[in-house]
Amino acid sequence: MTELLQAPLDIGFDYTRSPGPVLSRFLTGLRERRILGARAADGRVHVPPFEYDPVTSAPPDSFVEVAPEGTVVTWCRVPAPLEGQPLDHPFAWALIRLDGADTCLLHAVDADDVTTGMRVRARWARGPANGIRAIECFEPPSKPPSKPPSGEDRSSIGTAIAVPIDERSSDPILVTPINLHYVHTASPGEAAYLRGLAEGRLLGQRCPACGKVYIPTRGTCPADGVPMAEQVELPDVGTVTTFCVVNVPYPGQKLTPPYVAAAVLLDGADIAFQHLITGCDVSEVRMGLRVKAHWKQSGIDYFEPAGEPDAPYESYAGQL
Amino acid sequence: MTNIAVVGFAASPVERRSAGTTSGVEMLVPIFGEVFAQTGLGRNDIGFWCSGSSDYLAGRAFSFVQAVDAIGAVPPIMESHVEMDGAWALYEAWVKLLTGEAEIALAYGFGKSSGAELRRVLALQLDPYVLAPLWPDAVSLAALQARAGLDAGLWSEEDMAYVAERSRASGAGNPRAQLRAKASTAELLARPYVAEPLRAHDCAPVGDGAAVVILAAGDRVRELCERPAWITGFEHRIDSAALGARDLLTVPSAAAAGRAAAAGRAAAAGRAAGVSGIDVAELHAPFTHQELLLRSALGLGGDVTVNPSGGALCGNPMFAAGLARIGYAARAVMDGTADRALGHATSGPLLQQNLVCVMEAGS
Repeated sequence: MTELLQAPLDIGFDYTRSPGPVLSRFLTGLRERRILGARAADGRVHVPPFEYDPVTSAPPDSFVEVAPEGTVVTWCRVPAPLEGQPLDHPFAWALIRLDGADTCLLHAVDADDVTTGMRVRARWARGPANGIRAIECFEPPSKPPSKPPSGEDRSSIGTAIAVPIDERSSDPILVTPINLHYVHTASPGEAAYLRGLAEGRLLGQRCPACGKVYIPTRGTCPADGVPMAEQVELPDVGTVTTFCVVNVPYPGQKLTPPYVAAAVLLDGADIAFQHLITGCDVSEVRMGLRVKAHWKQSGIDYFEPAGEPDAPYESYAGQL
Repeated sequence: MTNIAVVGFAASPVERRSAGTTSGVEMLVPIFGEVFAQTGLGRNDIGFWCSGSSDYLAGRAFSFVQAVDAIGAVPPIMESHVEMDGAWALYEAWVKLLTGEAEIALAYGFGKSSGAELRRVLALQLDPYVLAPLWPDAVSLAALQARAGLDAGLWSEEDMAYVAERSRASGAGNPRAQLRAKASTAELLARPYVAEPLRAHDCAPVGDGAAVVILAAGDRVRELCERPAWITGFEHRIDSAALGARDLLTVPSAAAAGRAAAAGRAAAAGRAAGVSGIDVAELHAPFTHQELLLRSALGLGGDVTVNPSGGALCGNPMFAAGLARIGYAARAVMDGTADRALGHATSGPLLQQNLVCVMEAGS
């Protein structure tokens, strides 16, 4: 049994979202160290605020400030925090019903002993914090409170705050960093192809049903749904079946335009793959041009003219 | 309305780490072969293909397209995909048959969780503004729900462990299950918490697998299957994504889907709507306490055999486990074990979305 070919696949990107009128008001409130809820038609105060009333479907017409303190409704322990979670030491998640709210807010509680019914208070993030992370976590009120900003006015808690829904918020776009980590496994066909490339060989596979030879190969014939077992070694020469001249620059581009991206049909293969053509002026690339691989350490970095007469159209017309 | 039945079902072995790829092809090719052998069909007989999977397990956008390698798309096929459990792909296939646009459909689901950090990945299905940025992992959320039930006196840790004991006893009889070793409630309760109040046995194992179901309509059914599982109800409903605004100890969407799925047949038979008469129920419950919630929501009494396959607690191939529940329920009808069976699938955090398929013998 050939050893599996695996490699880490790490994805990272900053997901950016516009919050919309309701959530931007909520997020602006958090930056002001205020927690705002929306009052539904049935009188219940939802924290976080709903964008549309769950019963009437109407947007909220007013917000209500709720207290930054409340009661744990349910909880669970996190003995080993995962990447991205609010704290990097053991903590608890909880659904917290803040005083003045009728729904619960999910957040972390920084305490060793969390119990249903215990009182907790928001700990605001020190320094700039984004979105719901403006609350770092909740903590038992016995801890010294984080210093409130001077002039903090608590008198608005509980009263309705009329905020026109179309008020333009000065909040920036909400940015959420995403980092995910995978182990990617190549199929047996892919693994054989990749290992072959590392050895300077081009290994395709032939389908037992249709007889076509695929390179690169994933191991199953996409036309017939049949696994391919027969390995076919191919030469590193072939024909340009079609091509395009790339003129448009873009960030991260490795070659300077103009350059040619072409479909290359290796001799003996039934399907072409995309690769780069250099070694001649872009104006010299044409359908039927015979090309050969220029190898680098672990594969082919481009194809260049092979110096042979062009392949006749009929020899590749079926692969266009 | 057209009569539609399940005429074939196969589930791959569920493994902790399959050697295959996240496109599922290596898991799908053998089970496609099995359902074709069961029915005598070939790939060119399938009028509509529909898959359920998630690119978030692969870490690659459009990775699901590569699964079509297992089908063979020449000549061109009519095909669709849902970024959900294959149970919803089956629903789409059922609708396609109802429209008359196809007579035979194949739905498949697959998931290779072993390449991903599953509990983290599932945080990304949560509200992207107020929940996902905290990265609440799937096991922790389930623990919140389990705690709430304990506090409310709905179940005890022993009740939860008994669900695992019973499931594992059933799983021992399923050669395709991942977990096949029996364990007693006492043994299970002696083990440590993984996320208090949950222990390892309270959570479905992480593993890789796939499932496939073939549906046929009208006159085609009897050509393909001696004892088909006729679909007499097929419904799905969804609850709020606001976890803090929802009562986590009821499952309104499961109750509503169950009532609606049972209603049509009940009306025809002149009895009150309800799941009475269900012999076998395959419930997609990735956590022990969730089986208890679903039994209650669906009104299943103690006389119903629940999860004879072992259920998700013995093997939970993401995006295939719900489809497999429907398949196993159909199989109970097809092999004569049941006259009336219920297959359930869930999606989203904490039983947010639920699908119920009721199937019966005879027409």
